[in-house]
Amino acid sequence: MADLTTSGPAPNLETASQAVADEKELARAARARRDRIARWVLPVLTMVLTILGWEYLVVANEIPHYILPRPSLVLETLVKDWPILSAALLVTLKITFGALAIAVVGGVGLAILFSMSKWVEMSFYPYAIILQVTPIIVIAPLIFIYVDSKIAGLLICAWIVAFFPILSNTTLGLNSADHNLRNLMELYGASERQTLWHLKLPSALPFFLGGLKIAGGLSLIGAIVAEFVAGTGGVGSGLAFRILEASYRLNIPRMFAAIILISFTGILIFAAMSLLSHLLLRKWHESALKREN
Amino acid sequence: MSLAAEAEISQAPLVSLRHIGKTFSNGTVALHDMSLDIQSGEFVSLLGPSGCGKSTVLRIIAGLGHATTGRMTWADGENGPAANAQDHHISFVFQEPTLMPWATVFGNVWLPLRLKGATKAEARDRVMEALAMVGLEAFETAYPRELSGGMKMRVSIARALVTQPRLLLMDEPFAALDEITRFKLNNDLLDLWQRFGFTVIFVTHSVFESVYLSNRIVVMAARPGRVVEDIPVNAPYPRGDEFRTSETYNAFCRTASESLHAAMAGSEDGHG
Ligand SMILES: Nc1ncnc2c1ncn2[C@@H]1O[C@H](COP(=O)(O)OP(=O)(O)OP(=O)(O)O)[C@@H](O)[C@H]1O
Ligand SMILES: [Mg+2]
Repeated sequence: MADLTTSGPAPNLETASQAVADEKELARAARARRDRIARWVLPVLTMVLTILGWEYLVVANEIPHYILPRPSLVLETLVKDWPILSAALLVTLKITFGALAIAVVGGVGLAILFSMSKWVEMSFYPYAIILQVTPIIVIAPLIFIYVDSKIAGLLICAWIVAFFPILSNTTLGLNSADHNLRNLMELYGASERQTLWHLKLPSALPFFLGGLKIAGGLSLIGAIVAEFVAGTGGVGSGLAFRILEASYRLNIPRMFAAIILISFTGILIFAAMSLLSHLLLRKWHESALKREN
Repeated sequence: MSLAAEAEISQAPLVSLRHIGKTFSNGTVALHDMSLDIQSGEFVSLLGPSGCGKSTVLRIIAGLGHATTGRMTWADGENGPAANAQDHHISFVFQEPTLMPWATVFGNVWLPLRLKGATKAEARDRVMEALAMVGLEAFETAYPRELSGGMKMRVSIARALVTQPRLLLMDEPFAALDEITRFKLNNDLLDLWQRFGFTVIFVTHSVFESVYLSNRIVVMAARPGRVVEDIPVNAPYPRGDEFRTSETYNAFCRTASESLHAAMAGSEDGHG
Protein backbone atom coordinates (compact mmCIF):
# COMPACT_ATOMS: atom_id res chain seq x y z
CA MET A 1 0.00 0.00 0.00
CA ALA A 2 2.57 2.50 1.20
CA ASP A 3 5.05 2.11 -1.67
CA LEU A 4 2.21 2.35 -4.17
CA THR A 5 1.44 5.95 -3.16
CA THR A 6 5.08 7.01 -3.06
CA SER A 7 5.98 5.64 -6.48
CA GLY A 8 5.41 8.54 -8.86
CA PRO A 9 2.76 7.99 -11.54
CA ALA A 10 0.99 5.06 -9.94
CA PRO A 11 -1.76 7.07 -8.24
CA ASN A 12 -2.61 8.94 -11.44
CA LEU A 13 -2.78 5.75 -13.38
CA GLU A 14 -4.97 4.35 -10.73
CA THR A 15 -7.39 7.29 -10.84
CA ALA A 16 -7.49 7.09 -14.59
CA SER A 17 -8.30 3.42 -14.61
CA GLN A 18 -10.76 4.04 -11.79
CA ALA A 19 -12.59 6.56 -13.96
CA VAL A 20 -12.73 4.16 -16.88
CA ALA A 21 -14.00 1.44 -14.62
CA ASP A 22 -16.64 3.78 -13.24
CA GLU A 23 -17.77 4.69 -16.71
CA LYS A 24 -18.03 1.06 -17.67
CA GLU A 25 -19.82 0.32 -14.45
CA LEU A 26 -22.31 3.11 -15.10
CA ALA A 27 -22.92 1.93 -18.64
CA ARG A 28 -23.51 -1.56 -17.36
CA ALA A 29 -25.96 -0.33 -14.73
CA ALA A 30 -27.82 1.72 -17.33
CA ARG A 31 -28.04 -1.31 -19.60
CA ALA A 32 -29.32 -3.44 -16.75
CA ARG A 33 -31.97 -0.84 -15.94
CA ARG A 34 -33.04 -0.67 -19.57
CA ASP A 35 -33.29 -4.45 -19.72
CA ARG A 36 -35.38 -4.56 -16.57
CA ILE A 37 -37.88 -2.08 -17.96
CA ALA A 38 -37.95 -3.69 -21.39
CA ARG A 39 -38.71 -7.06 -19.84
CA TRP A 40 -42.10 -5.70 -18.74
CA VAL A 41 -42.83 -3.09 -21.32
CA LEU A 42 -42.12 -5.13 -24.44
CA PRO A 43 -44.52 -8.03 -23.82
CA VAL A 44 -47.28 -5.64 -22.73
CA LEU A 45 -46.71 -3.52 -25.80
CA THR A 46 -46.80 -6.59 -28.04
CA MET A 47 -50.05 -7.67 -26.48
CA VAL A 48 -51.69 -4.27 -26.76
CA LEU A 49 -50.65 -3.99 -30.41
CA THR A 50 -51.92 -7.50 -31.16
CA ILE A 51 -55.26 -6.77 -29.52
CA LEU A 52 -55.64 -3.46 -31.35
CA GLY A 53 -54.70 -5.10 -34.65
CA TRP A 54 -57.15 -7.89 -34.00
CA GLU A 55 -59.93 -5.42 -33.17
CA TYR A 56 -59.19 -3.42 -36.32
CA LEU A 57 -59.08 -6.56 -38.50
CA VAL A 58 -62.45 -7.78 -37.26
CA VAL A 59 -64.16 -4.41 -37.55
CA ALA A 60 -62.64 -3.47 -40.91
CA ASN A 61 -63.43 -6.84 -42.54
CA GLU A 62 -66.80 -7.18 -40.82
CA ILE A 63 -65.97 -10.69 -39.62
CA PRO A 64 -69.05 -12.15 -37.89
CA HIS A 65 -68.64 -12.74 -34.16
CA TYR A 66 -69.42 -16.48 -34.43
CA ILE A 67 -66.24 -16.83 -36.46
CA LEU A 68 -63.90 -14.40 -34.76
CA PRO A 69 -65.19 -12.05 -32.05
CA ARG A 70 -63.47 -8.72 -31.49
CA PRO A 71 -61.49 -8.43 -28.27
CA SER A 72 -63.85 -5.83 -26.85
CA LEU A 73 -66.75 -8.26 -27.31
CA VAL A 74 -64.78 -10.97 -25.52
CA LEU A 75 -64.25 -8.58 -22.65
CA GLU A 76 -67.95 -7.71 -22.58
CA THR A 77 -68.80 -11.40 -22.52
CA LEU A 78 -66.36 -12.00 -19.70
CA VAL A 79 -68.18 -9.39 -17.64
CA LYS A 80 -71.69 -10.38 -18.73
CA ASP A 81 -71.14 -14.13 -18.23
CA TRP A 82 -69.10 -13.72 -15.07
CA PRO A 83 -71.65 -15.51 -12.84
CA ILE A 84 -71.52 -18.64 -15.02
CA LEU A 85 -67.80 -18.43 -15.74
CA SER A 86 -66.71 -17.72 -12.18
CA ALA A 87 -68.74 -20.66 -10.88
CA ALA A 88 -67.08 -22.86 -13.49
CA LEU A 89 -63.66 -21.44 -12.64
CA LEU A 90 -64.20 -22.29 -9.01
CA VAL A 91 -64.96 -25.90 -9.88
CA THR A 92 -61.86 -26.16 -12.05
CA LEU A 93 -59.74 -24.55 -9.36
CA LYS A 94 -61.01 -27.02 -6.77
CA ILE A 95 -60.08 -29.95 -8.97
CA THR A 96 -56.73 -28.40 -9.85
CA PHE A 97 -55.64 -27.70 -6.29
CA GLY A 98 -57.15 -30.90 -4.95
CA ALA A 99 -55.14 -32.87 -7.50
CA LEU A 100 -52.02 -30.83 -6.84
CA ALA A 101 -52.31 -31.45 -3.10
CA ILE A 102 -52.66 -35.20 -3.61
CA ALA A 103 -49.82 -35.11 -6.12
CA VAL A 104 -47.56 -33.42 -3.58
CA VAL A 105 -48.44 -35.83 -0.80
CA GLY A 106 -48.33 -38.86 -3.08
CA GLY A 107 -45.26 -37.77 -5.04
CA VAL A 108 -43.18 -36.86 -2.01
CA GLY A 109 -44.42 -39.87 -0.05
CA LEU A 110 -43.54 -42.26 -2.85
CA ALA A 111 -40.17 -40.56 -3.38
CA ILE A 112 -39.33 -41.03 0.30
CA LEU A 113 -40.41 -44.64 0.12
CA PHE A 114 -38.28 -45.13 -3.00
CA SER A 115 -35.25 -43.55 -1.35
CA MET A 116 -35.59 -45.83 1.67
CA SER A 117 -36.14 -49.08 -0.18
CA LYS A 118 -34.54 -50.02 -3.46
CA TRP A 119 -36.98 -52.94 -3.72
CA VAL A 120 -40.00 -50.66 -3.60
CA GLU A 121 -38.40 -48.36 -6.14
CA MET A 122 -37.62 -51.24 -8.51
CA SER A 123 -41.16 -52.57 -8.14
CA PHE A 124 -43.08 -49.36 -8.70
CA TYR A 125 -40.98 -46.84 -10.59
CA PRO A 126 -41.65 -48.43 -14.00
CA TYR A 127 -45.39 -48.09 -13.39
CA ALA A 128 -45.00 -44.44 -12.49
CA ILE A 129 -43.28 -43.99 -15.84
CA ILE A 130 -46.00 -45.90 -17.69
CA LEU A 131 -48.64 -43.68 -16.09
CA GLN A 132 -46.65 -40.64 -17.13
CA VAL A 133 -46.04 -41.57 -20.77
CA THR A 134 -49.55 -42.82 -21.51
CA PRO A 135 -51.59 -39.79 -22.63
CA ILE A 136 -54.20 -38.93 -20.03
CA ILE A 137 -56.77 -38.40 -22.77
CA VAL A 138 -56.86 -42.15 -23.46
CA ILE A 139 -56.89 -43.23 -19.81
CA ALA A 140 -59.54 -40.75 -18.72
CA PRO A 141 -62.54 -42.48 -20.40
CA LEU A 142 -61.62 -45.72 -18.60
CA ILE A 143 -61.40 -43.94 -15.30
CA PHE A 144 -64.84 -42.46 -15.75
CA ILE A 145 -66.20 -45.94 -16.47
CA TYR A 146 -64.80 -47.38 -13.24
CA VAL A 147 -65.21 -44.41 -10.92
CA ASP A 148 -68.76 -43.39 -10.12
CA SER A 149 -68.12 -39.98 -8.66
CA LYS A 150 -67.32 -37.46 -11.35
CA ILE A 151 -65.31 -35.31 -8.96
CA ALA A 152 -63.23 -38.32 -7.91
CA GLY A 153 -62.63 -39.20 -11.56
CA LEU A 154 -61.50 -35.67 -12.36
CA LEU A 155 -59.20 -35.65 -9.36
CA ILE A 156 -57.62 -38.96 -10.37
CA CYS A 157 -56.98 -37.75 -13.92
CA ALA A 158 -55.44 -34.47 -12.83
CA TRP A 159 -53.39 -36.28 -10.22
CA ILE A 160 -51.96 -38.77 -12.73
CA VAL A 161 -50.72 -35.89 -14.87
CA ALA A 162 -49.35 -33.83 -12.00
CA PHE A 163 -47.67 -36.29 -9.72
CA PHE A 164 -44.85 -37.56 -11.90
CA PRO A 165 -42.71 -34.39 -11.99
CA ILE A 166 -42.95 -34.21 -8.22
CA LEU A 167 -42.07 -37.87 -7.79
CA SER A 168 -39.15 -37.84 -10.19
CA ASN A 169 -37.73 -34.51 -9.04
CA THR A 170 -38.03 -35.34 -5.35
CA THR A 171 -36.45 -38.75 -5.91
CA LEU A 172 -33.55 -37.08 -7.68
CA GLY A 173 -33.27 -34.52 -4.87
CA LEU A 174 -33.29 -37.11 -2.09
CA ASN A 175 -30.53 -39.02 -3.84
CA SER A 176 -28.37 -35.99 -4.49
CA ALA A 177 -27.54 -35.17 -0.87
CA ASP A 178 -23.84 -34.39 -0.53
CA HIS A 179 -21.97 -37.64 0.09
CA ASN A 180 -19.62 -36.10 2.65
CA LEU A 181 -22.63 -34.91 4.63
CA ARG A 182 -24.01 -38.44 4.40
CA ASN A 183 -20.73 -39.74 5.79
CA LEU A 184 -20.97 -37.20 8.54
CA MET A 185 -24.47 -38.41 9.43
CA GLU A 186 -23.19 -41.97 9.51
CA LEU A 187 -20.25 -40.93 11.66
CA TYR A 188 -22.51 -39.24 14.17
CA GLY A 189 -24.71 -42.31 14.32
CA ALA A 190 -27.79 -40.68 12.78
CA SER A 191 -30.80 -42.94 12.34
CA GLU A 192 -32.38 -43.29 8.94
CA ARG A 193 -35.20 -41.00 10.02
CA GLN A 194 -32.75 -38.35 11.22
CA THR A 195 -30.78 -38.54 7.99
CA LEU A 196 -34.00 -38.10 6.05
CA TRP A 197 -35.14 -35.15 8.13
CA HIS A 198 -31.86 -33.29 8.60
CA LEU A 199 -30.14 -34.05 5.33
CA LYS A 200 -32.16 -35.63 2.54
CA LEU A 201 -35.35 -33.58 2.74
CA PRO A 202 -33.56 -30.20 2.83
CA SER A 203 -31.34 -31.32 -0.06
CA ALA A 204 -34.42 -32.33 -2.01
CA LEU A 205 -36.30 -29.10 -1.39
CA PRO A 206 -35.04 -27.15 -4.43
CA PHE A 207 -35.68 -30.16 -6.68
CA PHE A 208 -39.15 -30.64 -5.20
CA LEU A 209 -39.99 -26.99 -5.78
CA GLY A 210 -38.87 -27.29 -9.39
CA GLY A 211 -41.22 -30.23 -9.75
CA LEU A 212 -44.00 -28.31 -8.05
CA LYS A 213 -43.73 -25.50 -10.60
CA ILE A 214 -44.28 -27.98 -13.42
CA ALA A 215 -46.93 -29.92 -11.54
CA GLY A 216 -48.98 -26.78 -10.82
CA GLY A 217 -49.46 -26.11 -14.52
CA LEU A 218 -49.95 -29.79 -15.30
CA SER A 219 -52.68 -30.27 -12.71
CA LEU A 220 -54.64 -27.46 -14.36
CA ILE A 221 -54.15 -29.10 -17.75
CA GLY A 222 -55.10 -32.48 -16.26
CA ALA A 223 -58.25 -31.06 -14.74
CA ILE A 224 -59.29 -29.41 -18.03
CA VAL A 225 -58.56 -32.48 -20.15
CA ALA A 226 -60.46 -34.71 -17.75
CA GLU A 227 -63.46 -32.38 -17.85
CA PHE A 228 -63.43 -32.51 -21.62
CA VAL A 229 -63.56 -36.28 -21.48
CA ALA A 230 -66.15 -36.37 -18.72
CA GLY A 231 -68.31 -34.17 -20.92
CA THR A 232 -71.88 -34.14 -19.62
CA GLY A 233 -72.31 -31.23 -17.33
CA GLY A 234 -75.17 -29.92 -15.25
CA VAL A 235 -74.50 -28.45 -11.89
CA GLY A 236 -70.93 -28.27 -10.75
CA SER A 237 -69.29 -28.20 -14.17
CA GLY A 238 -65.97 -26.55 -14.76
CA LEU A 239 -64.48 -24.27 -17.37
CA ALA A 240 -63.79 -27.00 -19.90
CA PHE A 241 -67.43 -28.00 -19.89
CA ARG A 242 -68.43 -24.37 -20.43
CA ILE A 243 -66.08 -24.19 -23.41
CA LEU A 244 -67.56 -27.35 -24.92
CA GLU A 245 -71.07 -26.08 -24.32
CA ALA A 246 -70.26 -22.71 -25.85
CA SER A 247 -68.73 -24.36 -28.90
CA TYR A 248 -71.89 -26.40 -29.50
CA ARG A 249 -73.89 -23.18 -29.38
CA LEU A 250 -71.39 -21.30 -31.51
CA ASN A 251 -70.97 -18.88 -28.62
CA ILE A 252 -67.44 -18.08 -29.69
CA PRO A 253 -66.97 -14.98 -27.51
CA ARG A 254 -67.68 -17.03 -24.41
CA MET A 255 -65.17 -19.66 -25.56
CA PHE A 256 -62.53 -16.97 -25.80
CA ALA A 257 -63.49 -15.57 -22.41
CA ALA A 258 -63.19 -19.01 -20.80
CA ILE A 259 -59.85 -19.67 -22.50
CA ILE A 260 -58.53 -16.35 -21.21
CA LEU A 261 -59.62 -17.32 -17.71
CA ILE A 262 -57.78 -20.64 -17.97
CA SER A 263 -54.60 -18.95 -19.20
CA PHE A 264 -54.72 -16.43 -16.39
CA THR A 265 -55.23 -19.17 -13.86
CA GLY A 266 -52.22 -21.02 -15.25
CA ILE A 267 -50.08 -17.90 -15.07
CA LEU A 268 -51.21 -17.20 -11.50
CA ILE A 269 -50.44 -20.76 -10.42
CA PHE A 270 -46.99 -20.54 -11.96
CA ALA A 271 -46.35 -17.16 -10.31
CA ALA A 272 -47.53 -18.48 -6.95
CA MET A 273 -45.25 -21.52 -7.16
CA SER A 274 -42.31 -19.35 -8.21
CA LEU A 275 -42.95 -17.06 -5.27
CA LEU A 276 -43.20 -19.98 -2.85
CA SER A 277 -39.97 -21.38 -4.24
CA HIS A 278 -38.24 -18.04 -3.89
CA LEU A 279 -39.42 -17.57 -0.30
CA LEU A 280 -38.24 -21.01 0.76
CA LEU A 281 -34.86 -20.87 -0.96
CA ARG A 282 -33.82 -17.23 -0.89
CA LYS A 283 -31.66 -17.65 2.21
CA TRP A 284 -29.43 -20.37 0.91
CA HIS A 285 -29.96 -21.81 -2.54
CA GLU A 286 -27.97 -20.65 -5.57
CA SER A 287 -31.09 -20.41 -7.72
CA ALA A 288 -32.68 -17.83 -5.42
CA LEU A 289 -29.64 -15.82 -4.35
CA LYS A 290 -28.99 -12.26 -5.35
CA ARG A 291 -25.26 -12.23 -6.04
CA GLU A 292 -23.40 -9.06 -5.44
CA ASN A 293 -20.67 -9.97 -7.88
CA MET B 1 4.06 -31.94 23.65
CA SER B 2 0.67 -31.71 25.31
CA LEU B 3 0.12 -32.83 28.86
CA ALA B 4 -2.30 -35.52 27.84
CA ALA B 5 0.27 -36.93 25.47
CA GLU B 6 2.92 -37.13 28.15
CA ALA B 7 0.56 -38.72 30.63
CA GLU B 8 -0.72 -41.45 28.38
CA ILE B 9 2.10 -42.16 26.01
CA SER B 10 3.22 -45.21 27.92
CA GLN B 11 -0.22 -46.81 27.85
CA ALA B 12 -1.72 -48.94 25.12
CA PRO B 13 -2.17 -47.04 21.86
CA LEU B 14 -5.47 -45.24 21.38
CA VAL B 15 -5.94 -47.14 18.17
CA SER B 16 -3.81 -49.82 16.66
CA LEU B 17 -3.98 -50.97 13.04
CA ARG B 18 -2.53 -54.39 12.33
CA HIS B 19 -1.90 -55.64 8.80
CA ILE B 20 -4.78 -53.66 7.38
CA GLY B 21 -5.53 -54.32 3.72
CA LYS B 22 -8.20 -52.79 1.59
CA THR B 23 -9.19 -53.93 -1.87
CA PHE B 24 -12.07 -52.12 -3.55
CA SER B 25 -14.70 -54.03 -5.49
CA ASN B 26 -13.16 -52.87 -8.76
CA GLY B 27 -9.93 -54.63 -7.82
CA THR B 28 -7.94 -51.56 -6.74
CA VAL B 29 -5.62 -52.46 -3.90
CA ALA B 30 -5.76 -49.24 -1.89
CA LEU B 31 -3.90 -50.54 1.17
CA HIS B 32 -1.65 -53.50 1.71
CA ASP B 33 -0.41 -54.79 5.04
CA MET B 34 -0.54 -51.45 6.79
CA SER B 35 0.27 -51.34 10.48
CA LEU B 36 0.11 -48.20 12.57
CA ASP B 37 -0.18 -47.37 16.26
CA ILE B 38 -1.63 -44.04 17.27
CA GLN B 39 -0.84 -42.96 20.83
CA SER B 40 -3.29 -40.88 22.76
CA GLY B 41 -2.50 -37.18 22.48
CA GLU B 42 -0.32 -37.48 19.42
CA PHE B 43 -0.49 -35.20 16.42
CA VAL B 44 0.23 -37.57 13.54
CA SER B 45 0.44 -36.50 9.93
CA LEU B 46 -0.14 -38.95 7.12
CA LEU B 47 2.01 -37.74 4.25
CA GLY B 48 2.02 -39.33 0.84
CA PRO B 49 1.42 -38.92 -2.87
CA SER B 50 -2.07 -38.77 -4.30
CA GLY B 51 -3.79 -42.13 -4.36
CA CYS B 52 -1.65 -43.79 -1.70
CA GLY B 53 -4.65 -44.55 0.47
CA LYS B 54 -4.51 -41.76 3.05
CA SER B 55 -8.22 -41.08 2.86
CA THR B 56 -8.94 -44.78 2.86
CA VAL B 57 -7.06 -45.29 6.16
CA LEU B 58 -8.86 -42.37 7.73
CA ARG B 59 -12.23 -43.67 6.63
CA ILE B 60 -11.46 -47.11 8.01
CA ILE B 61 -10.47 -45.62 11.37
CA ALA B 62 -13.67 -43.56 11.37
CA GLY B 63 -15.73 -46.65 10.63
CA LEU B 64 -16.89 -45.24 7.30
CA GLY B 65 -15.23 -48.04 5.36
CA HIS B 66 -14.25 -51.54 6.27
CA ALA B 67 -10.84 -53.09 5.95
CA THR B 68 -10.70 -56.17 3.77
CA THR B 69 -8.07 -57.79 5.96
CA GLY B 70 -6.33 -57.07 9.24
CA ARG B 71 -7.62 -55.80 12.53
CA MET B 72 -8.07 -52.55 14.36
CA THR B 73 -7.92 -52.41 18.13
CA TRP B 74 -8.95 -49.55 20.37
CA ALA B 75 -7.54 -48.64 23.77
CA ASP B 76 -10.82 -49.58 25.39
CA GLY B 77 -10.33 -53.11 24.13
CA GLU B 78 -12.90 -52.95 21.38
CA ASN B 79 -12.10 -54.31 18.00
CA GLY B 80 -13.01 -52.27 14.96
CA PRO B 81 -13.77 -51.75 12.21
CA ALA B 82 -17.40 -52.63 12.87
CA ALA B 83 -17.46 -50.54 16.03
CA ASN B 84 -19.49 -47.36 16.00
CA ALA B 85 -17.41 -44.21 15.56
CA GLN B 86 -19.51 -42.60 18.27
CA ASP B 87 -18.19 -44.96 20.91
CA HIS B 88 -14.65 -43.83 20.24
CA HIS B 89 -15.51 -40.12 20.28
CA ILE B 90 -14.22 -39.52 16.80
CA SER B 91 -14.77 -36.42 14.72
CA PHE B 92 -13.98 -35.98 11.06
CA VAL B 93 -13.04 -32.86 9.12
CA PHE B 94 -13.21 -33.20 5.35
CA GLN B 95 -11.25 -31.36 2.70
CA GLU B 96 -14.36 -29.36 1.85
CA PRO B 97 -16.11 -27.59 4.72
CA THR B 98 -19.12 -29.88 4.09
CA LEU B 99 -21.65 -27.56 5.67
CA MET B 100 -25.40 -27.73 5.24
CA PRO B 101 -26.15 -24.65 3.09
CA TRP B 102 -29.72 -24.40 4.41
CA ALA B 103 -28.62 -24.11 8.04
CA THR B 104 -26.98 -21.21 9.81
CA VAL B 105 -23.53 -21.46 11.36
CA PHE B 106 -25.21 -22.26 14.66
CA GLY B 107 -27.39 -24.91 13.03
CA ASN B 108 -24.38 -26.57 11.44
CA VAL B 109 -22.41 -26.79 14.66
CA TRP B 110 -25.50 -27.88 16.55
CA LEU B 111 -26.04 -30.87 14.23
CA PRO B 112 -23.93 -33.52 16.02
CA LEU B 113 -25.54 -32.68 19.36
CA ARG B 114 -28.97 -32.44 17.81
CA LEU B 115 -28.64 -35.94 16.41
CA LYS B 116 -28.10 -37.13 19.97
CA GLY B 117 -31.30 -35.40 21.03
CA ALA B 118 -30.05 -32.06 22.40
CA THR B 119 -32.54 -29.23 21.92
CA LYS B 120 -31.38 -25.83 20.78
CA ALA B 121 -31.44 -24.49 24.34
CA GLU B 122 -29.56 -27.49 25.72
CA ALA B 123 -26.94 -27.33 23.01
CA ARG B 124 -26.54 -23.56 23.08
CA ASP B 125 -23.67 -23.31 25.58
CA ARG B 126 -21.58 -25.98 23.94
CA VAL B 127 -22.21 -24.70 20.43
CA MET B 128 -21.22 -21.17 21.41
CA GLU B 129 -18.17 -22.50 23.19
CA ALA B 130 -17.11 -24.38 20.05
CA LEU B 131 -17.72 -21.29 17.93
CA ALA B 132 -15.66 -19.25 20.36
CA MET B 133 -12.78 -21.71 19.98
CA VAL B 134 -12.60 -20.91 16.28
CA GLY B 135 -13.39 -17.22 16.78
CA LEU B 136 -16.78 -17.18 15.10
CA GLU B 137 -19.21 -16.40 17.93
CA ALA B 138 -20.32 -13.30 16.07
CA PHE B 139 -21.42 -15.32 13.06
CA GLU B 140 -23.87 -17.74 14.62
CA THR B 141 -26.79 -16.53 12.51
CA ALA B 142 -24.87 -16.28 9.23
CA TYR B 143 -25.42 -18.76 6.42
CA PRO B 144 -22.42 -20.63 4.97
CA ARG B 145 -22.65 -18.70 1.70
CA GLU B 146 -21.97 -15.50 3.61
CA LEU B 147 -18.63 -16.81 4.86
CA SER B 148 -15.19 -16.92 3.28
CA GLY B 149 -13.52 -20.25 2.59
CA GLY B 150 -11.41 -20.02 5.73
CA MET B 151 -14.40 -19.16 7.88
CA LYS B 152 -16.34 -22.11 6.49
CA MET B 153 -13.43 -24.36 7.43
CA ARG B 154 -13.51 -22.92 10.94
CA VAL B 155 -17.20 -23.76 11.21
CA SER B 156 -16.37 -27.27 10.09
CA ILE B 157 -13.72 -27.51 12.82
CA ALA B 158 -16.12 -26.11 15.40
CA ARG B 159 -18.63 -28.77 14.41
CA ALA B 160 -15.96 -31.43 14.87
CA LEU B 161 -14.95 -30.07 18.29
CA VAL B 162 -18.44 -29.57 19.68
CA THR B 163 -18.69 -33.26 20.58
CA GLN B 164 -15.42 -33.01 22.53
CA PRO B 165 -13.76 -35.78 20.51
CA ARG B 166 -10.82 -37.82 21.70
CA LEU B 167 -9.69 -38.41 18.15
CA LEU B 168 -9.88 -35.79 15.42
CA LEU B 169 -9.47 -37.09 11.89
CA MET B 170 -8.66 -34.46 9.30
CA ASP B 171 -8.47 -35.20 5.59
CA GLU B 172 -6.49 -32.41 3.93
CA PRO B 173 -8.64 -29.86 5.74
CA PHE B 174 -6.71 -26.79 4.58
CA ALA B 175 -5.68 -27.90 1.09
CA ALA B 176 -8.15 -25.61 -0.64
CA LEU B 177 -7.16 -22.49 1.31
CA ASP B 178 -4.68 -19.76 0.53
CA GLU B 179 -1.36 -19.82 2.36
CA ILE B 180 -2.07 -16.96 4.76
CA THR B 181 -5.34 -18.50 5.90
CA ARG B 182 -3.70 -21.91 6.10
CA PHE B 183 -0.93 -20.63 8.38
CA LYS B 184 -3.49 -18.98 10.61
CA LEU B 185 -5.62 -22.10 10.84
CA ASN B 186 -2.51 -24.24 11.43
CA ASN B 187 -1.69 -22.12 14.47
CA ASP B 188 -5.27 -22.17 15.71
CA LEU B 189 -5.42 -25.92 15.36
CA LEU B 190 -2.17 -26.40 17.29
CA ASP B 191 -3.47 -24.09 19.95
CA LEU B 192 -6.68 -26.07 20.35
CA TRP B 193 -4.77 -29.34 20.34
CA GLN B 194 -2.50 -28.13 23.13
CA ARG B 195 -5.38 -26.81 25.19
CA PHE B 196 -7.63 -29.83 24.91
CA GLY B 197 -5.19 -32.68 24.45
CA PHE B 198 -7.15 -34.64 21.86
CA THR B 199 -5.43 -36.86 19.34
CA VAL B 200 -5.13 -35.74 15.73
CA ILE B 201 -4.56 -37.74 12.58
CA PHE B 202 -3.95 -35.20 9.85
CA VAL B 203 -3.76 -36.11 6.18
CA THR B 204 -1.77 -33.75 4.00
CA HIS B 205 0.13 -33.45 0.73
CA SER B 206 2.36 -30.77 2.14
CA VAL B 207 5.72 -31.64 3.66
CA PHE B 208 5.91 -28.19 5.27
CA GLU B 209 2.50 -28.42 6.84
CA SER B 210 3.18 -31.87 8.23
CA VAL B 211 6.47 -30.80 9.79
CA TYR B 212 5.03 -27.63 11.23
CA LEU B 213 2.06 -29.31 12.84
CA SER B 214 2.87 -32.81 13.92
CA ASN B 215 5.05 -34.59 16.39
CA ARG B 216 5.13 -37.58 14.10
CA ILE B 217 4.99 -37.96 10.33
CA VAL B 218 3.92 -41.23 8.76
CA VAL B 219 5.09 -41.32 5.16
CA MET B 220 3.09 -43.54 2.84
CA ALA B 221 3.72 -44.90 -0.64
CA ALA B 222 1.22 -45.82 -3.33
CA ARG B 223 0.31 -48.94 -5.30
CA PRO B 224 -0.24 -50.57 -2.96
CA GLY B 225 -0.73 -48.05 -0.15
CA ARG B 226 1.61 -48.76 2.75
CA VAL B 227 3.72 -47.09 5.44
CA VAL B 228 7.31 -46.53 4.34
CA GLU B 229 8.66 -44.36 7.11
CA ASP B 230 7.71 -43.11 10.53
CA ILE B 231 9.49 -39.84 11.34
CA PRO B 232 9.30 -38.39 14.85
CA VAL B 233 9.38 -34.58 14.82
CA ASN B 234 11.04 -33.77 18.11
CA ALA B 235 10.56 -30.04 18.22
CA PRO B 236 8.92 -28.29 21.14
CA TYR B 237 5.49 -26.70 21.11
CA PRO B 238 4.22 -24.04 20.93
CA ARG B 239 5.58 -23.58 17.46
CA GLY B 240 5.36 -20.23 15.81
CA ASP B 241 6.84 -18.22 12.98
CA GLU B 242 10.34 -18.63 14.47
CA PHE B 243 9.96 -22.37 14.05
CA ARG B 244 9.06 -21.96 10.38
CA THR B 245 12.39 -20.24 9.76
CA SER B 246 14.51 -22.36 12.11
CA GLU B 247 17.25 -24.77 11.12
CA THR B 248 15.47 -27.66 12.88
CA TYR B 249 12.38 -27.04 10.78
CA ASN B 250 14.43 -27.08 7.59
CA ALA B 251 16.17 -30.27 8.62
CA PHE B 252 12.87 -32.04 9.28
CA CYS B 253 11.46 -30.78 6.00
CA ARG B 254 14.47 -32.18 4.19
CA THR B 255 14.13 -35.55 5.91
CA ALA B 256 10.40 -35.80 5.21
CA SER B 257 10.87 -34.60 1.66
CA GLU B 258 13.58 -37.15 0.92
CA SER B 259 11.49 -39.89 2.42
CA LEU B 260 8.51 -38.84 0.32
CA HIS B 261 10.56 -38.80 -2.86
CA ALA B 262 12.01 -42.17 -2.08
CA ALA B 263 8.51 -43.50 -1.52
CA MET B 264 7.34 -42.10 -4.85
CA ALA B 265 10.37 -43.38 -6.73
CA GLY B 266 9.88 -46.80 -5.14
CA SER B 267 6.33 -46.98 -6.36
CA GLU B 268 7.30 -45.99 -9.87
CA ASP B 269 10.18 -48.49 -10.05
CA GLY B 270 7.99 -51.27 -8.81
CA HIS B 271 5.11 -50.74 -11.17
CA GLY B 272 6.39 -49.26 -14.40
N1 LIG C 1 -14.66 -46.10 -3.75
C1 LIG C 1 -13.56 -46.50 -4.41
N2 LIG C 1 -13.65 -47.47 -5.33
C2 LIG C 1 -12.55 -47.88 -5.99
N3 LIG C 1 -11.32 -47.42 -5.78
C3 LIG C 1 -11.16 -46.45 -4.88
C4 LIG C 1 -12.27 -45.94 -4.14
N4 LIG C 1 -11.82 -44.98 -3.30
C5 LIG C 1 -10.50 -44.91 -3.51
N5 LIG C 1 -10.09 -45.78 -4.45
C6 LIG C 1 -8.72 -46.01 -4.90
O1 LIG C 1 -7.94 -46.30 -3.78
C7 LIG C 1 -6.69 -45.66 -3.87
C8 LIG C 1 -6.46 -44.82 -2.64
O2 LIG C 1 -7.42 -43.80 -2.60
P1 LIG C 1 -7.43 -42.68 -1.48
O3 LIG C 1 -8.60 -41.81 -1.76
O4 LIG C 1 -7.35 -43.30 -0.15
O5 LIG C 1 -6.09 -41.91 -1.81
P2 LIG C 1 -5.50 -40.60 -1.10
O6 LIG C 1 -4.17 -40.97 -0.60
O7 LIG C 1 -6.46 -40.05 -0.16
O8 LIG C 1 -5.32 -39.66 -2.35
P3 LIG C 1 -5.50 -38.07 -2.42
O9 LIG C 1 -4.29 -37.50 -1.78
O10 LIG C 1 -5.54 -37.79 -3.88
O11 LIG C 1 -6.75 -37.72 -1.71
C9 LIG C 1 -6.68 -44.86 -5.14
O12 LIG C 1 -5.97 -45.59 -6.11
C10 LIG C 1 -8.13 -44.77 -5.54
O13 LIG C 1 -8.26 -44.81 -6.92
MG1 LIG D 1 -7.68 -38.27 -0.10
